[in-house]
Amino acid sequence: MAYVPLADQDDPHALHDPHSFITKYVWSQDHKVIAIQYGGTAIFVGLIALGLSILMRLQLGFPDSISWIDPAFYYQAVTMHGMIMVVYLLTALFLGGFGNYLIPLMCGTRDMVFPFLNMLSFWFYLLSVIILLASFFVTGGPAGAGWTLYAPQSITAGTPGSGGGMLLMLISLAVFIVAFTMGGLNYVTTILQARTRGMTLMRMPLSIWGIFTATVLGLFAFPALLVSAIMLGFDLVLGTSFFMPAMMQLGEQSTQDGGSPILFQHLFWFFGHPEVYIVALPAFGLVSDVIATHARKNIFGYRMMVWAIIAIGGLSFLVWAHHMYVSGMNPYFGFFFATTTLIIAVPTALKVYNWVLTLWQGNIRLNTPMLFAIGFIFTFVHGGLTGLFLGNVIIDVPLADTYFVVAHFHMVMGVSPVLVLYAALYHWYPKMTGRMYNETMGKVHFWCTFLGTYAIYLPMHYLGFLGVPRRYYEMGNTDFVPATAQALNANITIAAIFVATAQVLFFINIFMSLRKEKDAGGNPWGATTLEWQTPDTPPKHGNWGPELPTVYRWAYDYSVPGAKQDFIPQNEPGEEYEKTFHTRGHS
Amino acid sequence: MSLYRQVTEKPWNQVGLPDGIEARPTFQVPDQKVALVLFVIVACVLFSLLTVSYYLRIAWGAGDWVPVSEPATLWVNTGVLVACSAVLQWSLIQARRQEAIRLTSMAGLLFVAGGLLTLVFIAGQYTAWQILIGGGYTLQSNPANAFFYLLTGVHILHLAGGLWVWTKALFHMSSGAKAGDSRLSIELCTWYWHFLLLVWFGLFYVLSTT
Repeated sequence: MAYVPLADQDDPHALHDPHSFITKYVWSQDHKVIAIQYGGTAIFVGLIALGLSILMRLQLGFPDSISWIDPAFYYQAVTMHGMIMVVYLLTALFLGGFGNYLIPLMCGTRDMVFPFLNMLSFWFYLLSVIILLASFFVTGGPAGAGWTLYAPQSITAGTPGSGGGMLLMLISLAVFIVAFTMGGLNYVTTILQARTRGMTLMRMPLSIWGIFTATVLGLFAFPALLVSAIMLGFDLVLGTSFFMPAMMQLGEQSTQDGGSPILFQHLFWFFGHPEVYIVALPAFGLVSDVIATHARKNIFGYRMMVWAIIAIGGLSFLVWAHHMYVSGMNPYFGFFFATTTLIIAVPTALKVYNWVLTLWQGNIRLNTPMLFAIGFIFTFVHGGLTGLFLGNVIIDVPLADTYFVVAHFHMVMGVSPVLVLYAALYHWYPKMTGRMYNETMGKVHFWCTFLGTYAIYLPMHYLGFLGVPRRYYEMGNTDFVPATAQALNANITIAAIFVATAQVLFFINIFMSLRKEKDAGGNPWGATTLEWQTPDTPPKHGNWGPELPTVYRWAYDYSVPGAKQDFIPQNEPGEEYEKTFHTRGHS
Repeated sequence: MSLYRQVTEKPWNQVGLPDGIEARPTFQVPDQKVALVLFVIVACVLFSLLTVSYYLRIAWGAGDWVPVSEPATLWVNTGVLVACSAVLQWSLIQARRQEAIRLTSMAGLLFVAGGLLTLVFIAGQYTAWQILIGGGYTLQSNPANAFFYLLTGVHILHLAGGLWVWTKALFHMSSGAKAGDSRLSIELCTWYWHFLLLVWFGLFYVLSTT
């Protein structure tokens, strides 16, 4: 059977060219519209989660200052904040948002290979968000057992939101996983099958490598969450005892017994740890491209960067139990997972060195995306180093339930990916809208966010050393914690409110710039990758006009000696290399 | 191995279009086939995790595991599912021989029969559930029962997903789709059914040995 990949179908009318407003902006099958729908929805729920975190901080910094924050609400805020940030914001924005936007543009295709499935993926995602938010309005409120949803706590009567809220949470997760699987199959197939002429695997920008590997991780990891959600749902609704041990519930012997709570923890973290890298790998990829572009230098060690992404992806399935050191596991088991955890630090550190070496002697332009990218290197190194401590069993055991852990994971997978998100949003904003954002406002936004988040999370490490327990609504009989800890807590809350308020600058910037700021042109950064070489900005439906681009070189030809400009786009043949394959003299 | 060669090349050394760099996909098969293989891998992960949970619940539970005595109907159902796969395979062989694929042609009829037999299998599984419930093996009474319903249920859901695609293929076939597209639909369905047959063999083994 003659096979014609989508990349070869040159006639744009063969594609689903939309005409009405509804098919163009609502039921759209255009990857760019779907990307913005995904991104907008993710940022919207992210703001709700941000609001919840401020309420939590108010309670911690100024106990009982808001009368309606009771312990139940506090735990529900903790749970919803965590789940929304990790799954519904970061996963959806990196893969559904940036994945959708960049894959076809960077690979030189007209769209995803299955546009209808792509559209369906977004609408399932929106449905999962609606179901999740609906849990705020059911009797008993949303789930409140922590984002890890540990059984039996999460579904035992007496836990806030253990009934309807928990059920909606599980249904929402299942719908999200269906949405992700539809999107994920699409991303992987598009990257593998539909790249344009000349775009070999090793000519792909690192953004694509990061998104690709993260999607593969997601396809393998989310089934574990689905299995645990289904089984937990059975325990909750149908009274089975997959995870429920024999226990007293509200003074009565429960009818369920014999289940294994540890089994739930293993299933959850078999998803939960790769999830960290599902968020981190696209961030690694995007930040690599931002750094190379604004340092006007090729990325240092491109091949190592690709292999490190793949190695991290593989290793991420072998470290899950380092989240469970205090679950009473066999010490040898813990030793194994401590070792794999330290091994995964090797490719991760390699990436950090390569980012720094890319900056070394570069012609650095300190604009907003670059500031966010460099900020990311700081916060990521910081969070990564505390990860080395927590990855070791003997250090983790005393620190496990303290604010040290909160500081660690917010630094490494809260602040760091968010800084990359901002870097990427500012970096690709001119392509998405055709306008330039306001640089001054962007820089103010960066410094408020960067310094503000340090003001939040650096003191938390010290709170952890003092033994301040995490997840507590208020300090009880904790005499070992000095009274000054409360002053620190109050300062953290003020910093948190400051940072949250500063994010308004971002929204003002992107909305005002749509009208006011100057036309960005097609390639304002002088970038090499294909998305900056589209005939129209923002790219029209079908992306490339009548003919698809052909790729003649890798994605990082910046400051090539003897070249006319300090960048050579991927689709530029170059005089002497017009038709034939050529190996350069230097290596 | 070419994939290995691809990820070890030094892209900064190569400018231009080396021979052999065509606009061709990584795997020389239709996109749908790549997506199906990916989905099958994802489904494998799902069923593996369910099976692992099954054994861990036996090992880590409080010793309350009472094995299910599987109804004999399951053997009949297994036969029906084998027949599904065989009929679909036959349909695929016919489809490769035929110039045009119509619903009323040999390949089309066999394809319809494969789907209908699947419905018989699902009905058979439902009967097995009824027999178990009648024998007091309810969902709540023992984790072994709960796993039985869960595993067979997830397997049926996967078949139902397949039947959805099957229905779409029938619809396209009856409205005169190109022979190549129909052939691809039949091939993908056949592969997927073979996969779910293998999964069923695995599940049946796991369920009946513990």
